[in-house]
Amino acid sequence: MTERKPGFSTLAVHAGSVPDAATGARATPIYQTTSFVFEDVDQAAALFGLQAFGNIYTRITNPTTAVLEGRIASLEGGTAALAVASGHAAQLGVFHTIMQPGDEFIASTKLYGGSINQFNQSFKSFGWNVKWADPDDIASFEKALSPKTKAIFVESIANPGGIITDMEPLAEIAKKAGIPLIVDNTLATPYLCRPFEHGADIVVHSLTKFMGGHGNSMGGAIVDGGTFDWSASDKFPLVSQPRPEYQGIIIHETFGNFGFAIACRVLGLRDLGAALSPFNAFQILTGIETLPLRMEKHCANALEVASFLDNHPAVEWVCYAGLKSDPGYKLHQKYAPKGAGAVFTFGVKGGYDAGVELVGRAELLSHVANIGDTRSLIIHPASTTHRQLSDEQRVSAGAGPEVVRLSIGIEDAEDIIGDLEQGLAAS
Amino acid sequence: MNHDSYEDAYIRGILMASRTVAIVGASANKVRPSYFVTTYLDSKGFDVIPVNPGKAGQQIAELDTVGSLAEIDRPVDLVDIFRKSDVAVGVVQEALKMDPLPKVIWMQLSVKNYEAARLAEDAGLKVVMNRCPKIEYARLCGEIGWSGVSSGVITSRKPKLLKGIQRFSIVK
Ligand SMILES: Cc1ncc(COP(=O)(O)O)c(C=O)c1O
Repeated sequence: MTERKPGFSTLAVHAGSVPDAATGARATPIYQTTSFVFEDVDQAAALFGLQAFGNIYTRITNPTTAVLEGRIASLEGGTAALAVASGHAAQLGVFHTIMQPGDEFIASTKLYGGSINQFNQSFKSFGWNVKWADPDDIASFEKALSPKTKAIFVESIANPGGIITDMEPLAEIAKKAGIPLIVDNTLATPYLCRPFEHGADIVVHSLTKFMGGHGNSMGGAIVDGGTFDWSASDKFPLVSQPRPEYQGIIIHETFGNFGFAIACRVLGLRDLGAALSPFNAFQILTGIETLPLRMEKHCANALEVASFLDNHPAVEWVCYAGLKSDPGYKLHQKYAPKGAGAVFTFGVKGGYDAGVELVGRAELLSHVANIGDTRSLIIHPASTTHRQLSDEQRVSAGAGPEVVRLSIGIEDAEDIIGDLEQGLAAS
Repeated sequence: MNHDSYEDAYIRGILMASRTVAIVGASANKVRPSYFVTTYLDSKGFDVIPVNPGKAGQQIAELDTVGSLAEIDRPVDLVDIFRKSDVAVGVVQEALKMDPLPKVIWMQLSVKNYEAARLAEDAGLKVVMNRCPKIEYARLCGEIGWSGVSSGVITSRKPKLLKGIQRFSIVK
């Protein structure tokens, strides 16, 4: 008898978790502890030396967080994952493992505004230099390559515009250059899109959004696709060279196809410190159990709301790849056929002021700087999330003055539409 | 048999049925993967015999070490090959001279040799290729999950605790 491969919904409920070994508790217990006792000095030495598997200290591993990691790795089809305190901490962890001062990476101009800030500001101060490229012009990525380039970074479905990135040609470019393609899969979640199936080598998440899904817990994750050969060049010394602090272990050689995730943990998280709270891990884990159900509803509602807006006289344009008329429809069919996500933008007639006014009139939709909540959310990026960018950066990121961003929740579609209708009617 | 992928039941069956393991190419260097495998299998109750001509008569990881498979004084269930792929045929030929025959030839992660596999299979031995017994054991008992690694195992059964702290054992 061949062993069955469980389906996505089964994995969303079960992957990574087993009944608790000591008590039989069926739900994953919250191991709210900083540290774990050792049997003796020998066992401690084996754990510190990475020779045995086991928990030492919650900054590095925790059994509750580990269930979350196993589940995310499984849902993405990767080999291993590392959960951290936020999506930004995940990005920091990935680049810390890949970059040396003076190195470069290429990032899509269509990114979450906070990521644009992180790359332009803090990363530059570490000597990690971002080069921007336009996903509508694939050749711009190739042009931005240099011998110092260590990675390409894109979002599968980009925040705020909900624009779907054509990942496969970018994966080709990365492969030829011997560098990993890193995909932020926050807006899609593995339910809608699995970037490893399209050539990505590393996936990052803000678990704060749809993965946790209830707007109650910050979190982030790094997922190792297990496909990239870190030892093929000398570009990635943290993974491919002996590590002095572990008596000369070569992480890639020792841990094989999950070596990158281990490096992010035992070199990155150990020193950078942005560990996830076990309580947050538990909350996010509970959220993930209903990910398939929620994403179905999020996407169905989003399509209804987008269609309503598309036909509204006070609306200039709608950018939602789920609409047949949208230029991104083909990419949606290719990369995320089950749904185009639930975050998108539209332009209100009347520009900046009309955008600000609409947000102010919302009664059901919440005016918050978040996405991926059960509740529907509305924001005017130009005055908030993308405020710190230049006019030009705002427009290229899809956050011009007239733009309103929605994150559609799982309420009844008629109620979401009703609220937008009353808001737009007054304008 | 197909050596590109194995069912969990096949690997689990081999690890549960094996007690005595000879590790050909075990290193005395404490940061080499072969040293990790030696100490890990020892900690799981396997009778581990390091095989390393340079260390014959001495100890690796506090275990008596022999120079070749022929020098082993007791029946061996599993021969783990921690050598380059191109010498695997030679190791299998030596293993096939043992009496009684070992039951399993196991080639380490990144070690692949189809001729060696065929030789062993023709003699009735089971073969595993391009896998690490430490990783497979830790995956099937659940310990590997503590490091955020996807075990690929979906089960509603409780892991089996061994004596001590944070030690699991594989179960049927
Ligand atoms: C696509 C994307 N990536 C990363 C982040 C950052 O995540 P966090 O807020 O969890 O640090 C966000 C947050 O909005 C996001 O939308």
